[in-house]
Amino acid sequence: MTISFGNPDRPNSYIGKTVPRPNAPRLVQGRGKYVDDIVLPRMAHVVFVRSPHAHAKIGAIDTAEAAAVKGVLRIFTGADIAEVCTPWVAVLAHLKGLKSPPQHALAVDRACWVGDPVVAVVATSRAAAEEAAALVEVDYDPLPAVTDMMSALDADTPVLHPDMGDNLAFRRLHEEGDVEAAFASAHKVVEARFKTARHTGVTLEPRSILVDWNPAEGQMTAWHATQAPHMMQTVFAKHLDLPEGRVRVICDDVGGSYGIKVHVYPDEVATAAIAKIMARPIKFVADRLESFTTDIHARDHEIGARIAVDETGKILAMDIDDWTAIGAYSVYPRTSAIEGNQVVNLCGGPYDFAHYRAQTSVVFQNKTPTCQYRAVGHPIAVAVTEGLVDMAAAELGMDPVEIRRRNMYADDAYPVTSPAKMRFEGLSHHASMDKLMALMDYEGLRAEQAELRKKGIHRGIGIASFIELTNPSPFMYGIGGARISAQDGCTVRMDPDGSIVALSGVTEQGQGTEAMLAQIVAEGVGVAPARVRVITGDTQVTPYGGGTWASRGAGIGGEAALQSALALKGSILEVAGAMLQAPADALDIRDGQVVDTATGEARMPLEELGRIVYFRGDTLPKGLPRELVQTRHFITSDYPFAFTNGVQASYLEVDTGTGEVKLLKHWCVEDCGRIINPQLVDEQIRGGIVQGLGGALFEEIHYDEDGQLLNGSMADYLVPMAAEMPDMVIGHVETPTMESTLGAKGAGEAGTAGAPAAVMNAINDALRPLGAQVTAMPFTPERILRAMGQIED
Amino acid sequence: MKALAGGYARARDVTHALDLLAQADGMGRVLAGGQSLIAAMNMRLSTGDMLVDISRIADLRGVAVEDGCLRIGALTRHADIGTDPLVATHAPLLVQAVHHIAHAAIRNRGTIGGSLAHADPAAEFPACVLALGGTIHLQGPEGVRQVAAEDFFVDVFETAIEEGEILTAITLPLLEAGERHVLIETARRSGDYALAGLCVVKRAAGHRVTAFSVGPRPVLAMAAMELLDAGDTAGAVDALRAEIDPPSDTQASAAYRRHLAGVLLTRALHDLTGETA
Amino acid sequence: MTEAFRDRIDIALTVNGEAVEGRVPAGRHLIDFLRLDLGLTGSHASCEHGVCGACTIHVDGQAVRGCLMLAAQADGAEVWTLEGLTETGVIRDLQDAFVERNALQCGYCTPGMLASIKELLDMGGVPDRATIREHLSGNYCRCTGYEAIIDAVESVAKVRAGEAAA
Repeated sequence: MTISFGNPDRPNSYIGKTVPRPNAPRLVQGRGKYVDDIVLPRMAHVVFVRSPHAHAKIGAIDTAEAAAVKGVLRIFTGADIAEVCTPWVAVLAHLKGLKSPPQHALAVDRACWVGDPVVAVVATSRAAAEEAAALVEVDYDPLPAVTDMMSALDADTPVLHPDMGDNLAFRRLHEEGDVEAAFASAHKVVEARFKTARHTGVTLEPRSILVDWNPAEGQMTAWHATQAPHMMQTVFAKHLDLPEGRVRVICDDVGGSYGIKVHVYPDEVATAAIAKIMARPIKFVADRLESFTTDIHARDHEIGARIAVDETGKILAMDIDDWTAIGAYSVYPRTSAIEGNQVVNLCGGPYDFAHYRAQTSVVFQNKTPTCQYRAVGHPIAVAVTEGLVDMAAAELGMDPVEIRRRNMYADDAYPVTSPAKMRFEGLSHHASMDKLMALMDYEGLRAEQAELRKKGIHRGIGIASFIELTNPSPFMYGIGGARISAQDGCTVRMDPDGSIVALSGVTEQGQGTEAMLAQIVAEGVGVAPARVRVITGDTQVTPYGGGTWASRGAGIGGEAALQSALALKGSILEVAGAMLQAPADALDIRDGQVVDTATGEARMPLEELGRIVYFRGDTLPKGLPRELVQTRHFITSDYPFAFTNGVQASYLEVDTGTGEVKLLKHWCVEDCGRIINPQLVDEQIRGGIVQGLGGALFEEIHYDEDGQLLNGSMADYLVPMAAEMPDMVIGHVETPTMESTLGAKGAGEAGTAGAPAAVMNAINDALRPLGAQVTAMPFTPERILRAMGQIED
Repeated sequence: MKALAGGYARARDVTHALDLLAQADGMGRVLAGGQSLIAAMNMRLSTGDMLVDISRIADLRGVAVEDGCLRIGALTRHADIGTDPLVATHAPLLVQAVHHIAHAAIRNRGTIGGSLAHADPAAEFPACVLALGGTIHLQGPEGVRQVAAEDFFVDVFETAIEEGEILTAITLPLLEAGERHVLIETARRSGDYALAGLCVVKRAAGHRVTAFSVGPRPVLAMAAMELLDAGDTAGAVDALRAEIDPPSDTQASAAYRRHLAGVLLTRALHDLTGETA
Repeated sequence: MTEAFRDRIDIALTVNGEAVEGRVPAGRHLIDFLRLDLGLTGSHASCEHGVCGACTIHVDGQAVRGCLMLAAQADGAEVWTLEGLTETGVIRDLQDAFVERNALQCGYCTPGMLASIKELLDMGGVPDRATIREHLSGNYCRCTGYEAIIDAVESVAKVRAGEAAA
């Protein structure tokens, strides 16, 4: 069975249509069910005593005064938890040389960052636990803290983990062609240093977990705000010595994640360990202040980069020296080396050139651990690439769009392999650029910019082309030994009343997974989406899957859903054929009715077929297969990643008196292959863009030299709010992937990948006539005025 | 985090409030709008406070013209100051300030008395009251007293309020003919604390300029004021930069704040005279 | 502590049109009272320092930060949470617009967002987009990037104004 996606008038055409989300009504009515909304009998609360030092030996722990606080039930030290919970090491075999020491759920012997959990206090209320936690006395013996990225590998810098030998967690050098020769022969070489700031996700729902251990059943149940319930099932089972089949992880509503909630956190594992010890439900919800020091951070990079071009603007070579400061441990199980690795993989992405060298040096710091956060590595790689390309254009007196046109892979060049050895099946850089130019009226904006410049108003237009990695195969994690599933599965069944239930291994955190799956299954089977009930986020119920990450939900989870739905249709029609005395292939299902394919004449409603199968099986031929349930699993096999492409533009105004930047408008043309729900895709892109805009203008974690996090509150870490954000125009090109029937690639991260680069290029476009340039994010008013030479210290 | 309060009592009137404070043995904290205090308690910056809730005392609310002054009760909410016709007439500076204070939900609860007593260096109202040359009215166990705005703001979160006293009202001069007010600030995002801000009041007797977010308390920029009165705008900008000592923090350096204050003064003066840049 | 100060305070108030009573710790904020004592989990707290806006609810006819109000202070008050607003249907058009425009993704900011928007829409008229953005400048959303929310508010305001004019 094939679907003619190109025909919007085909029957049951839900794929490609905007359909409201089935789970949205309960959220607008205040009937969401987030982990903190769940109350269980005898539930207790855990609060963590965390290290106030960036690096310290943990000595004696005195809990006597704390234990006397009313409501306190138990207090656990690292040694207590280590008796039931094994430590983990976050390395992957294919990231050669990556090293990291074992990390415990509660620190034992040594605390390695401000926020490292040291003691757990369990009480009947969060308030009582906090009161007691304030009375726990830990004898810390401070150690030297490593807090500077560029000197982390100097001879006289202390080694954070002496057993590791040095502070280099991972280094990878990739070389292609003859970079030095290319630079030597170039017409122009442009060199720059870039800096992206350390970010944190600030999910509005903080990290939350509720774990219950029932010793009578030998069953652990965790309600967990996570993106990857099956992975967590594995982790709890492994480290708490339980059979995987006895650990159930459930995700109800999750209040935002963006990658933050796909990692293993020591305090969450400690919560599970405590539940196992105490045999009662234990709830942990991080509060906002502790979220700043304990949610994973990301994107702390300094990059020296250069580009070589010939006199026609053709890129000859790129040379990238990336440094990134992670935290005290590589984060489990996806590791903290992936982001730097992506920078090496992704720089130069859209462009056809031969000579490429890129190295990432990933260094430990006594700071909050870092790991994958929306668009992993892309914001950095795109900013560096697109920044250099713009600078080269300026050197040559060439329009920034023109230089890109001369270098982007031709739309008919595919498949190609980039100099970073990334394989692209089919991208549309030129078609996307054409569409962007039309959408934004590029010439019109340039004319407006020129007019306003005469009046001393400084507006900038910035362009950023990019590639984006989605639909990962086991080449991302699995080959490294991690039990992170790149395949996914879906079970679809028809119940007696003709309604459809779909169980899927991908998960929802607000992006619209349920809607997407409902639409696909609806079209695959032949019913309205409202007749499809989607169940995700329960390891006891759904097929084994990977959850949501790297924008795989639609491409991989959606494909499994489509295949299983089509298979279910086949099963239903086999029964229908027997009932109607017709060949199964002469029948179809449309709008919940079995119909004659040729005429469309309705022959039987599905609920009638259901009644017969489930209650009057005596009327069906003996030996007829009557399982109205089908499961399919899908994995990509031809390409390690389904790359997408896009191009963004930013139009802004720089106040050269105060340095403030006003974002006037933003555009993104994105090619994510087959679009399942246009509105949801556009909204993912908008949300992603704004996260990128936050990084460009506002967000920056500050540490002092002692490793103290200085701006850990909502007043001091600046996230984008409504008044400063622009309207965003979104357009699409669709180049489906051939890997699947559905042809969908991912779309969730593209906005974040390109937005910072577009803003940087726009600011520099505005400042270029004034002789100023900025390359260190976020582009605060002060950084802009300093670049202009306006500030006297 | 969860606040740990020592206790709570609701005051019927000012006398009762003073009595409660006296009983609290130094742990008493006046609770009005709560927008600063409860945030501090939730962050455990303050624990064990004996809260004296004065928010129901009707006498402390309201705006009136009395004895040739504009009198604003301490419990008058920011939102109400923003819409009050008497404030709009006599102290438009305060109306301008309200637009910059946090967000609507905060303005619905926050009070001017609370803002002045809290004395956050980045707050607008203290700088406004100083620019307008207002008087702060206090009541304590010893009785009532008035403190001029110039003498009221002592340091970061520190005012002339003695232990056991409550701020009950402020009085401001009525608007003169030809008087102009401008408040200008630069904040990273709408409602954020200013990186730097200025209040400029122009009366027949001369200019009054205060700067906020540029030091531990609002600064009455006397040197700049003098030069403005003499008509030397450029000199006033330099003088303003010289007479403030702004802090450096994760948002901005002292040097940037100093530069910004000068830029804002130039823009404020344009607004004052109705000219465009 | 003297007798005048209590560490547990008796309160009686109306929540979503229903008379309720409680005995609350002095430091418990109104959101925790609603969630823990009344099981009204439709109100959320996220930062507990009044900045993110997730906790915005209606008290005595105004949008307030529930995390910056002590439950003790709510004695005698009239409180409306999203559950109550849903039951009375007063923002049904806004909720429908939210679903249609997908002005929510994870839904965590939504209760506070709707409470803030209700106050804006109750002022009447059709606010321009800049005004809507400004009014919502204290409600953090990480998922949507805000544009869909602004669209939904604008569309509802226009319909209501059209009906008012009719």
